[in-house]
Amino acid sequence: MRHLVTVLGALALSACAATGDGSDGEDVASAPAPAEWDNPYPSTYRAYPGVPTALVGATVFDGAGGQIDNGTVLFADGKVVGVGGADLAIPDGYLRIDGTGKYVTPGIIDIHSHLGDYPSPQVAAHSDGNEATSPTTPEVWAEHSVWPQDPGFSRALANGGVTSLQILPGSANLMGGRAVTLKNVPSRTVQGMKFPGAPYSLKMACGENPKRVYGGRGRMPSTRMGNYAVNRQTWIKARDYDGKKRDLGMETLKGVLDGEILIQNHCYRADEMAQVMDMADEMGYRVTAFHHAVESYKIGDLLREKDVCSAVWADWFGFKMEAYDAIPENAALLHQAGACVIIHSDDANGIQRLNQEASKAQADGRRMGIEITDAQAIGWITLNAAKGMGIDAMTGSLETGKMADVVLWNGNPLSVYSRPEMVWVDGALLYDANDPKRRPVSDFELGQPGEGDVK
Amino acid sequence: MRRIAHSLAATVALAASAFAVPALAQDVTITNATVATGDGSEPIANGTVVVRGGAVVYAGPAAGAPAAAGQAIDAQGGWVTPGLFATLTDIGIVDVFGVSNSNDTTARGSPFSAAIDIAPAVNPAAQNVAISRAGGVTRATVAPEATTSIFAGQGAVIDLGDDRDAVMRPRAFQYVELGEGGARLAGGSRASAHALLRNALREATNYGEDARLTGDTRNARVTTGDDLPLDPRMTGRAERDGDVLLTRFDAAALVPVVTGQQVLYVEVDRAQDILNALDLKREFPNLRMVLVGAAEGWMVADQIAASGVPVITHPLTDLPSSFEQLAATQSNVGRMVDAGVTVGIGRFNDMNHARYAPQQAGNLVGLARVPGATGLTWGEAFAAITSIPAAISGYEGRAGVLAPGAYGDVVIWDGDPLELTSAPLRVWIDGVEQPLDNHQSRLRERYRDLDEDELPKAYDW
Repeated sequence: MRHLVTVLGALALSACAATGDGSDGEDVASAPAPAEWDNPYPSTYRAYPGVPTALVGATVFDGAGGQIDNGTVLFADGKVVGVGGADLAIPDGYLRIDGTGKYVTPGIIDIHSHLGDYPSPQVAAHSDGNEATSPTTPEVWAEHSVWPQDPGFSRALANGGVTSLQILPGSANLMGGRAVTLKNVPSRTVQGMKFPGAPYSLKMACGENPKRVYGGRGRMPSTRMGNYAVNRQTWIKARDYDGKKRDLGMETLKGVLDGEILIQNHCYRADEMAQVMDMADEMGYRVTAFHHAVESYKIGDLLREKDVCSAVWADWFGFKMEAYDAIPENAALLHQAGACVIIHSDDANGIQRLNQEASKAQADGRRMGIEITDAQAIGWITLNAAKGMGIDAMTGSLETGKMADVVLWNGNPLSVYSRPEMVWVDGALLYDANDPKRRPVSDFELGQPGEGDVK
Repeated sequence: MRRIAHSLAATVALAASAFAVPALAQDVTITNATVATGDGSEPIANGTVVVRGGAVVYAGPAAGAPAAAGQAIDAQGGWVTPGLFATLTDIGIVDVFGVSNSNDTTARGSPFSAAIDIAPAVNPAAQNVAISRAGGVTRATVAPEATTSIFAGQGAVIDLGDDRDAVMRPRAFQYVELGEGGARLAGGSRASAHALLRNALREATNYGEDARLTGDTRNARVTTGDDLPLDPRMTGRAERDGDVLLTRFDAAALVPVVTGQQVLYVEVDRAQDILNALDLKREFPNLRMVLVGAAEGWMVADQIAASGVPVITHPLTDLPSSFEQLAATQSNVGRMVDAGVTVGIGRFNDMNHARYAPQQAGNLVGLARVPGATGLTWGEAFAAITSIPAAISGYEGRAGVLAPGAYGDVVIWDGDPLELTSAPLRVWIDGVEQPLDNHQSRLRERYRDLDEDELPKAYDW
């Protein structure tokens, strides 16, 4: 049942009531979850009103690697209606926006954010991203920490064109808890931001962080081998979990073993990623994406064979030992190897410039002879990110029927001189550089110095 | 390298050729380039740059260039600029930020604060020197961080040349943290931080006077074993009067601050904290200050401009990350510049590498196209990472600029240096062409392919 819930979101709730307790066994289909497991914090997100809109004359990067010069993008009722060239007919009643000299992309997607969990202002009272009290806390859910009033959401929208983002718990723990995927819309509640139908992910972390946090307290794990031992023992326990007695952590791990919850694995070093992939094989799950993954370029072949994405920065380097072999050509070398590349932020400032990070990574590749088209580089922060979050059937590219998450840029988004001019989420215009009122101001910022500034 | 460059800097270019030039310095004439001189002007199409004897002789339109001399380089339409000048960095004092053994930015266990002099910690062979150099950075200031006191200690000016002589000027400035950070270090409040600061500066004032009273103690009976004279302040009195806040060295280190011989960098963000810092000049009239941070500087830009105090800031701060940055905006730099404040982009440490300077400056150019926002022109933005930080650091006209008599720090780029797609192709420091290889570039070459059919990757070097 859970797999239905993750696909259908709140709609599945009513259907769940009819199912009984699950039985033992590893067969997903024969192990329906108890009703009370299902989606207890359902999305209440609804698209805001929009008008049928035609963006014409702009260069369109569709997110799936395609580029259309002098393109036309049509959307209405929250969905993309059509994408084509100048000859694409514009139905009656569409608002026509001239994009001549401008660019259109899908909404930008960040697969790795802590907005809301580590919001601004960054004070101890707001530090809600790491339940650093036990090496494994698969029982916590990041959405229960998200403060929807974090001013960072609006900056990501206005400066970065970010329309969807995954909020992960931090990396203190081997199993940090469930992530949540949000639409980047202002809301009074987290539920009002939750991306309908997005699957859950479990955040895992390997390497220095867990061993430092817990080793520093004189408890396991204090080494990398300790990391793996705790992980494996926990997975073994999860495989034996029969669901008869509720256990929040086990419910999440079981969801992973059943293929319904994705794994987002913080991991830097190539050798460790290879070991994590072996552990996943041993325990019967799959890693969807390695995050940070600064050494992915050393094992592009393995990652391609296993179909595991790497969510990486363009050029962060050297801040910790496991980042010492980071190189700016990482993304390009992965791309060359045929592996899945995502550019992520992990940063409240970086999320405002994912387009720029993609551009740098593309240019560093080009300089070493790896040609990556602009349209492909945009795919790193749109469709590939959506794929890594399991929402690529709904957003991430400009294709008929997908969510009308759209950014109109005032120049090539891969140029440092370009900024979003208009941003739509599900067809609703939520940012307009030319309209000072079409810009969210969080509750926290009201009445404060700088309120409503362009920022 | 540094000493020779210094002597050249004060000399007109033609006279410089009469001096003995560094062994590796080459005379270079670069043509067919878009030349950005770094002085705030817009780029010059079809420009020429001439470097002789380690110093710039000419930078301008090809039409006005002196006769070609030395190595002739056709830039093939690329861009030629001065080397970037990065302020408030950890270049050369960190290998890996999170590995404390390799990180000399902080000294949590130290009994000293203001007396800390970062110069001996600078390692010219550190990877962040090589990586910054490959990013076009040729000079920088390096500063310790405040950890045990509001005083961080004394920063240095360095060059990033591939030699052992990195430190150009040790003890170039003293660094004090006020605002929230200073409050924390002073026991929990801004009021305490101000009391500490005033006490320390008064101590230093008195200490300087006391030292003069004790006179010169250099004589045959007082030797140090290395023939260096003792500072009279270290021999004149056995101890200072019952003071527990500053060690002898820390108090001595602040003497040049109160006399104005050494610049005091003051870290503040909140508008009110900025005004309070500027007010210190009324109490200590010889203070020469630089504001660091100034996230809310735009709100008091007129007062900063009137004070003549320059600012070093990070330009993309736009979140209310703390209660002293509630009004943070990317328009901060543009608004301050419009008000007449001298603003340099800086604070490159930890994850904010100095090689990101062009991207940050470029963002301010892009911001200028956003309605309601205030950015910079291209020339202004480029100056904010070259000539202006150099001038704030005491090297006006000598670094961060292509002008006659300036250091021969030249970078050829494959495109607009502020654009994300551009990178340096060749870099000179003091007229000496620099290697651009580093740990990262070697890894890149090793992993161009993953072929291990014949031998493991370990043999691929």
